[in-house]
Amino acid sequence: MKFMKVCRRLSYEHKSLVARGYSTVSEKWQSVVGLEVHAQLNTESKLFSGAQNTFGGVVNNCVSLFDAAVPGTLPVLNRKCVELGIMTALALSCKVNEISTFDRKHYFYADLPTGYQITQQRNPLASDGVINFQVFTPGIHKKPYRKSSKIKQIQLEQDSGKSLHDAELKRSLIDLNRAGAPLIELDGEEAAALVKELVLIVQRLGACTGRMEEGALRVDANVSIRRPGDPLSTRTEIKNIGSVRGVAGAIRHEIERQKTILDNGGHIINETRAYMPEPNLPPLRVNLKTDIEHRDVLSVPLIQGKIPELPEQSRKKLIEDFGLRPETSIQLVNEPTLLDYFQNLTSDKTRNPNKVANFLINDLLTVLNKRKLSADDCPLTVKQLKELTDMLLSKDINLEICRNVLDELIVISDDDVSPLDVVEEKGWKLQSNEDELTKLCIEVLENNPKLVKQYKSGKTKVFKALLGILSKSNNKVDMSVASKIMEGLLKK
Amino acid sequence: MNKLTGYTIKMVHQAYAEKMLTPTSFIDLSLQRTKQSRDLNAFVCVTEDTAETHSIESEKRFYISKQPKVLDGIPIAMKDNFCTSNIPTTCASEMLKNFVPSYDATVYSRLRRAGACLIGKCNLDEFAMGSGTVDSIFGPTRNPWQYDKKKWRISGGSSGGSAVAVASGSCLAAIGSDTGGSTRNPAALCGVVGLKPTYGLVSRHGLIPLVNSMDVPGILARTVEDVATILNVVAGPDINDSTTIKKPFEPITLKDIDLSQVRIGIPKEYHCEGMSREVIDIWGLVADLLEHQKAQLEVVSLPYTSASIAVYSILNQCEVASNMSRYDGIEYGLRANVNSSTEELYALTRHQGFNKVVRSRILAGNYFLLTRNYVKYFIKTLKLRRLIMDDFKKVFSPDGGVDLLLTPTTLSDAPLYHEFVAKHNRDQCAFQDYCTQPANMAGIPAISIPITLSKNNLPLSLQLMGPPLSEELMLNVAKKIESLVKFPILK
Repeated sequence: MKFMKVCRRLSYEHKSLVARGYSTVSEKWQSVVGLEVHAQLNTESKLFSGAQNTFGGVVNNCVSLFDAAVPGTLPVLNRKCVELGIMTALALSCKVNEISTFDRKHYFYADLPTGYQITQQRNPLASDGVINFQVFTPGIHKKPYRKSSKIKQIQLEQDSGKSLHDAELKRSLIDLNRAGAPLIELDGEEAAALVKELVLIVQRLGACTGRMEEGALRVDANVSIRRPGDPLSTRTEIKNIGSVRGVAGAIRHEIERQKTILDNGGHIINETRAYMPEPNLPPLRVNLKTDIEHRDVLSVPLIQGKIPELPEQSRKKLIEDFGLRPETSIQLVNEPTLLDYFQNLTSDKTRNPNKVANFLINDLLTVLNKRKLSADDCPLTVKQLKELTDMLLSKDINLEICRNVLDELIVISDDDVSPLDVVEEKGWKLQSNEDELTKLCIEVLENNPKLVKQYKSGKTKVFKALLGILSKSNNKVDMSVASKIMEGLLKK
Repeated sequence: MNKLTGYTIKMVHQAYAEKMLTPTSFIDLSLQRTKQSRDLNAFVCVTEDTAETHSIESEKRFYISKQPKVLDGIPIAMKDNFCTSNIPTTCASEMLKNFVPSYDATVYSRLRRAGACLIGKCNLDEFAMGSGTVDSIFGPTRNPWQYDKKKWRISGGSSGGSAVAVASGSCLAAIGSDTGGSTRNPAALCGVVGLKPTYGLVSRHGLIPLVNSMDVPGILARTVEDVATILNVVAGPDINDSTTIKKPFEPITLKDIDLSQVRIGIPKEYHCEGMSREVIDIWGLVADLLEHQKAQLEVVSLPYTSASIAVYSILNQCEVASNMSRYDGIEYGLRANVNSSTEELYALTRHQGFNKVVRSRILAGNYFLLTRNYVKYFIKTLKLRRLIMDDFKKVFSPDGGVDLLLTPTTLSDAPLYHEFVAKHNRDQCAFQDYCTQPANMAGIPAISIPITLSKNNLPLSLQLMGPPLSEELMLNVAKKIESLVKFPILK
């Protein structure tokens, strides 16, 4: 059971929302959206028990007595969770609190065996952080822009189990394997970018897998609205939004719902929940100053030293060291696999970084998308990609064939097959036989007497047009050889 | 009755060494005693087979490997809110009537590791909510002193079963729990010694909680020395309970101490309304005895004592509401026969599973925990609790303070059952716990020692309290008092 909670508040003027296409929201209302992001910590055991913390285990097979709320059992804090929580807090420039405490949040639900969740409501592990992120969705935004949001607090908390409802047999079944998993939540297009940035950060830290499809990262949104100058209406919470894309829609819908209620003179109702200090866990202490740690006290400076390069730094490096455009740097960093390929492809010899980046983002990603694969599932080896980009960059093959080779390599998924093998086997190799090419060139010249006439009268520009006709007639022509032959023929 | 009520651990071990007794024969005697005294209803379940197995193991260690452990062959009993693997643990509630834990409470596993033999699980008020052992689904426990089938006294509680088991000779020591006096109160009314250790000295892992921030496993035995022996076995840090004191435990040694260096305070606020004349008299009597032994006695003040009962009541109900929320019929325990909805299942299960006392505490606790009441009640009581703790800190302060406090344990001798049950549970507890629950509020150690018999021929007891981790001094002074007053053995 490990949870890490990242809270933030985004304040939107509706005009700005309208400007981004949220025209359904009336301009007389302002909305305030708070986000809660829960990220499941990537640890071997749960937050307060020794049970295995894993996704997809056999139902109720990763459950300790404590997880099942067996009477008399007590929570024992997992040190690794504290470490990952502190690491994330530091990566988000939070103030780590020397002393934090645990609380019980009460509610009755069948998949919450104790009837309360142990969390850190009042004195969290860390507070007052900042996350800087780039907002850029190709097709929606012309240019990326930078946003920054405050992070109110980071807290450790338990996840609940899962309820499975069988409507026909009128039965509810409970799986407690998850009892203690993490979530993350954001808002609108900007929120989507914020969530994405958080995912990248927790993945870099190894704190969380960031896999939203497994529920390793979940988002809740608190929405309230007001007329400018008025106090805020009662907040309502949208829980467990399952994907980054779902966030914007859910929030837009909630704002619209509240607006309709308030426009009709109604009130927004919210339930009250009671917290109580958790009496079975002593305050959690950390050492903020020195490298000394022992069983119950972790050293924050030691953890600071373990933080890897963060996404913001990576983007900066790509722009400054490789001369990439900001949007290219965002796209690369957003796909850790592509970034990894990029780093490999630009490390051993001078390949044009912009061309390599474009090849990865445009060509590789397009082919993967067609095959309905994510970048993470790309089966290609660095060696294969190196050979292929070299063939493309030295014009041994053209772009169209390059994409065909990519597709073929993905289908074969065999590390030992080289791009050259594919090209040769498929007969995609460019024609460079002089006799053959001479024949083709003569054909082009004979079919286009006007252009030949123009060329001979001094309009040498039409040479390119003739080459174009040649390449259209046959995509395997090695144009470097062909152009020499063509030139020779014209000069005769 | 026979000399079973006169034995101590040392005497039994001596008899084992001289083969006057053997573990198997003595455990057999103890089991017979549980049967003879069945009317007292001290036991929820007598673990006959387990006890016999344990005694055979002890016997082997005594006579074959010749490496007996500290508690080999010593019959003990556990209050039925301590988890014992494969033995039902009911909390005297319908809710857990069918609950068989798969693990041992730390206290029990340590006793077992020291060779103790479990003869049974003891009766209590449902979920330890009470001070009489009258609210149990197994019926009330009866006080062995002046027992008459028609007119009998309550045992006190909520660890009444444990106190009666020890007093009537079924075992040499028993484990109770103490949240507001639940070990000391029945010990006082049944004429045995009852220790509430410092909070965090003894692990709560496996103790089904009442109020986590005040619960402590308690020890009941007939002599201070036996209590010390048991404490030395069960105390010390436990990885499974994060609230145990991390410092390694130094075993306690008892010696003939010189009282001239000991300062003992008599807190005037404990002289309260409703305290019987006899209790006040023995309080003065023991103070005089100690002064005779050159102890320095002085009257001290703990001004927030009277707030303690109200504070205790609110904190108790809040934690009860929280702790009881796990009993929903899903994972274990009672599940009502209803399938219309999950909410319906909860409601009916909890209605059938809990008695009125438990349900009313849950209701009140949830009221105090409502967001709108939280600051008004819960936060305020936490502040008052702090003031009560500060009272003790001041009175025990190293410069000018006292070492120990001497007070009564209860305000009177054991009430008659029919008089006691005529009162509301809340009033029973407020009256019975007056002198005992401040120690729980402050987390400090306290011990009840039987002093003499009242004119009703019932035990009257006094209590010593000390600063955190002062068990050694406290037990030594208790032993001194014990040797001076010569409390009679139950015949």
